[in-house]
Amino acid sequence: MITYATDRSDINNGATSCAERTTACLQRIDERASLNAFLHVDADGATAAAAESDERFAAGLARPLEGLVVAVKDNINVAGMPLTCASRMLDGFRPLFDATVVERLRDAGAVIIGKTNMDEFAMGSSNETSAFGAVRNPVDESRVPGGSSGGSAVAVADGMCHVALGSDTGGSIRQPAAFCGTYGLKPTYGRVSRYGLVAFASSLDQIGIFASSLHDTAAVFDVITGHDPMDATSDPGAAGRALDVIASPHASPLRIGVLPRTAIQGCEPAIITAYDEAIERFRTKGAAIIEVALGHEEIWVPTYFILATAEASSNLARFDGVRYGLRAEHTDISDMTTASKTAGFGAEVKRRIMLGTYVLSSGYYDAYYRKAQQARRLISDAYNAVFADVDALFMPTTPTTAFSLGERNADPVTMWLSDYFTVSANIAGIPALSVPFGKDASGLPIGLQLQGALFHDERLMQIASLLES
Amino acid sequence: MTGYEAIIGLEIHAQLKTASKAFCACPTTFGASPNVNVCPICLGHPGTLPVLNRNLVAYAVTLGLATNCQIRRQSTFSRKNYFYADLPKGYQITQYEDPICYGGSVEIETDDGVKRIGITRIHMEEDSGKSIHDLDIDTLVDLNRAGVPLLEIVSEPDIRTAREAYLYLQQLRQTLLYLDICDGNMEEGSLRCDANVSVRKVGETRFGTKTEVKNLNSFRNVEKAIEYEIVRQIEVIESGGKVQQQTMQWDAAKQQTKVMRSKEQAHDYRYFPEPDLGPVVVDDLWKEQLRAALPELGLARKRRFMAAYGLPSYDAAILVDDVAVADYYEEACANLGTADAEAYKAVSNWIMTELLRIMGQQKCGIREAGCTPAQLASLVMAVKNDVISNKTAKDIFPAMLETGKTADVIIEEQGLRQVSDTAAIKLLVDKVLADNPDNLAKYKSGKTNLFGFFVGQVLKASGGSANPGIVSSMMKEALDASDPQ
Repeated sequence: MITYATDRSDINNGATSCAERTTACLQRIDERASLNAFLHVDADGATAAAAESDERFAAGLARPLEGLVVAVKDNINVAGMPLTCASRMLDGFRPLFDATVVERLRDAGAVIIGKTNMDEFAMGSSNETSAFGAVRNPVDESRVPGGSSGGSAVAVADGMCHVALGSDTGGSIRQPAAFCGTYGLKPTYGRVSRYGLVAFASSLDQIGIFASSLHDTAAVFDVITGHDPMDATSDPGAAGRALDVIASPHASPLRIGVLPRTAIQGCEPAIITAYDEAIERFRTKGAAIIEVALGHEEIWVPTYFILATAEASSNLARFDGVRYGLRAEHTDISDMTTASKTAGFGAEVKRRIMLGTYVLSSGYYDAYYRKAQQARRLISDAYNAVFADVDALFMPTTPTTAFSLGERNADPVTMWLSDYFTVSANIAGIPALSVPFGKDASGLPIGLQLQGALFHDERLMQIASLLES
Repeated sequence: MTGYEAIIGLEIHAQLKTASKAFCACPTTFGASPNVNVCPICLGHPGTLPVLNRNLVAYAVTLGLATNCQIRRQSTFSRKNYFYADLPKGYQITQYEDPICYGGSVEIETDDGVKRIGITRIHMEEDSGKSIHDLDIDTLVDLNRAGVPLLEIVSEPDIRTAREAYLYLQQLRQTLLYLDICDGNMEEGSLRCDANVSVRKVGETRFGTKTEVKNLNSFRNVEKAIEYEIVRQIEVIESGGKVQQQTMQWDAAKQQTKVMRSKEQAHDYRYFPEPDLGPVVVDDLWKEQLRAALPELGLARKRRFMAAYGLPSYDAAILVDDVAVADYYEEACANLGTADAEAYKAVSNWIMTELLRIMGQQKCGIREAGCTPAQLASLVMAVKNDVISNKTAKDIFPAMLETGKTADVIIEEQGLRQVSDTAAIKLLVDKVLADNPDNLAKYKSGKTNLFGFFVGQVLKASGGSANPGIVSSMMKEALDASDPQ
């Protein structure tokens, strides 16, 4: 892994250059093509941007993220690059505009190196639903990198870029971050503009960050946050100040909430060991460890899948072959929509569209969607109550380390349960951060998760710094 | 027909005159080349999000206040999901469970008096694009209209006849025009109307099975289609059948309704709250600001015209129907310089006979018809003050239009001031009697209808300038006084 903070100081003292760092990333992408992390690499664009960054450094005009090499998940618009969402559905489509996050990164001096592979339309937990082949875990290529933002996790973990953008609807940043050994931040809903992110489940989706260090996570967070008038759900507040907060002393006493043993008993032993070790580290740094029970754990995943699939069934309606993307052979105009969707979407996407259509349909709405909305309120209330007593809630990111390719494809429900520890943060809209913490016996990375109260993103990063070795 | 009553409710869609679309910055201009007023947002490109146009909310609240609705302090948008080639996102953003306005009413004036028609709800939504199927090549889609803001106005089932439906629609259209929030053009589609129609036996309290009639793109079609549908439903029942719950389409060419889709084919729109938009909040301050800005509406203005200007209901209704005409009328009356019912009525007559005719011929507004309110007032006052006759007024009206001069100036320039000097007129009366001894004799012998002849001769001799009223009375006096031969 490479860190921007280190590279920036090397660039400043002339030890390296933006061009050199970018070239190294491009070489790494080439060498590690078997990991299938990228769907599009913009070598020319990145090289040109790096050259401009070097000029700015030379002129003393370097911007906050000058020369930062960024990979972008392929469900986020980058003008001039194809946008596929890892689906055949968007065949040939090139977006007309940069997502707000991309625009802000470019304005801060970042170099956009390319678009990363993912589960099709961000629907998956293993990166195996991509229409362009699975992404492989850099530690063990027979294993998954996690999903849906698997390509972004691998790109950071394997040194193909400094940081990567992903999207997290139910754990799609945190779970692959854990599987690949990077930091993975899902900010508070609304803190990062969704304008330019292809919607999966609009009320749950949030763009976030993969990075090799907390410092890099914070630096990018401060640039991409802040109100965006193009997103009506964007928080009206100013940009983040995570760099300041992680450098400032902790307010004491720090209270860390931990889960009861029963809640983690299904986790692999190596994960429980790492969890206990991390709790001990918090304790030695003076934190009070408080066991808390959130309640409603059994409804997290069902609530998530009802809400997410309902919104997805509506959000994916626009892919109909009329204006862009794939248009399949057809007999008439209504057949055109059916034929294009049939040809364009993969099995997991179809499964979720059908499920979402069902839970919204007349006669079932009250039993499913409305009930899930009520459950959402219960879950949010439970979190609010807990955050009156603790500064952060601490738990594993995943019950297991990276599993093998193909292992969970037979049973979608088992796959969906991979998201057990992550979905509730999306349901409640709260910030959550996966922190890399050790490895299991096979050398597979372990991730532990901190969740915080709404808008306490910076505080969460500050608390995570206690786990840095 | 006898023994039945119809239960009718209207759903009206009003396209709003906001400068930009409901959820993006594209212009709403009508008649642009296809697919010009579009952007990634209204094209439904991946990654785009809607941002609510605040003027849409202001217009909705304004109409709600003007129709006596309650305004919901917090309302939400929903998605209505269905597939159609001209619906870019695969769903329409609309309001479902909690519309912004509810519980209002509109008054209509029927032959039987004033009737109140309830308004169930008014909600905000976006328009779809247009599909053009009737070309040989293929289906074409124009998305200029996609995302243009609409208000849907749903009435209570308070309407009982096709005529009432017509009057209600007209009243609402007038209100929309007075508020200046909609063009109200049914042919161009900026005002659209669907009707829910059912019939039941008089005395029955339950509703019959209703049908929804669509494609009513003119006022005449609304009235005719409802009339047709009522008769059709009664015939179905009378012949022992049952009315089916169906969506009907009005075929204007064949002058009949036909089935568009049955109940079984009805869409399941899978409404759910729109997650991309927060709640719409209308606080008291904003609501009261919008209330304070409400103009006087048509019906109130009509009643005021009748009270303040002494106009008959017929005149007042015609004048207030077009805001510009009503404004013009009031300005002309103010220019009279006198409060006089006869003059007020004269102004109304001039507008109704001359100006509305010109507006119709030239397809222009009253301000473009060529006669300013001040000019018209001067003309009316010249007649009222006996400066010219009504006939002269009619004659010089074209000159006013052409020159832009006031009546007074034209009268002076052309020497048209009528003679009211009794001595001068007496000379002419005597001369005419002296010149026509035969007719005088006939008159005296009983042919009194020759009176008009004598008056006409005097007016002719004066070159049209003699005051006809004075001529008439002096001639009568002279004829009565002259000795029989």
